[in-house]
Amino acid sequence: MLSKLFPHPLLTLVLTAVWVMLVNVLTLNAVVFGLILGTIVPLVTAAYWPDRPKLRNPLGIIGYILIVLWDICVANVQVALIILFKRNADLQSAFITVPLELRRPEAITLLAGTITMTPGTVSADLAEDGNSLLVHCLHAPDPAGTVHDIKSRYERRLKEIFE
Amino acid sequence: MILEYVIAALLVIAGFFGLVGSFGLLKLPDQMTRLHAPTKATTLGVGGVLIASMLYFFGVEDALSFHELMITLFLFLAAPITAFFIARVQLRNHVAERDLPKPERAGTRWAGHLGQDRSSD
Repeated sequence: MLSKLFPHPLLTLVLTAVWVMLVNVLTLNAVVFGLILGTIVPLVTAAYWPDRPKLRNPLGIIGYILIVLWDICVANVQVALIILFKRNADLQSAFITVPLELRRPEAITLLAGTITMTPGTVSADLAEDGNSLLVHCLHAPDPAGTVHDIKSRYERRLKEIFE
Repeated sequence: MILEYVIAALLVIAGFFGLVGSFGLLKLPDQMTRLHAPTKATTLGVGGVLIASMLYFFGVEDALSFHELMITLFLFLAAPITAFFIARVQLRNHVAERDLPKPERAGTRWAGHLGQDRSSD
């Protein structure tokens, strides 16, 4: 009964929290309406996530977010330096193929998003079988090293969280 | 007093990175490299303003504000997806498949080029 009413308890909590933050006041009123939204939205959208992933290590997400936030700050400075001080002729931009070990669509989406937000890389396309990711590097003198960094820094952690 | 200096510094840093990001859009040579400027340099630009805004409302106005967190969340959801769309359209319409590195598994193609004749470009 309870699992029928709340098929996705985590989503219910997130939606309620997001609603309260959008209203920007912590009142009973806001919490109740948030809970109503948090009940209806998962029920209506249940058909769109037929087999959602079981998180193996939910706490790992916090560590992952902190690392990505730090990398975003570093990425900003690096990209700013490249924009300001490197002549266009010296830019060694390149496409690279990142082979994926992740199988979960949710995990691959997160990895692709992370790649876009972090140092000098933008994810540009996915292979038709979902086994590799096409990444564009702004300045990559060492493409193999970039692939290694992505795999060891982000993919390994995502694998621990999801699979 | 110190708080005001911190807020002012954050605003200046944010403005600087926003400016560099916009300058990058003008300066970088082609569509793909230009994508890098707004997805990164601007994140810290917006982020700095948001942190400054939170500090201001928390320290000066004495009210906790969550809207900045929400803006950050939605920005982090929207920026990579938009960049991905732009990159994919660019690749499909203006980059020949043979100029890209091959996917890991032999015989497979990049999804963005599916439905296109291999020899046509």
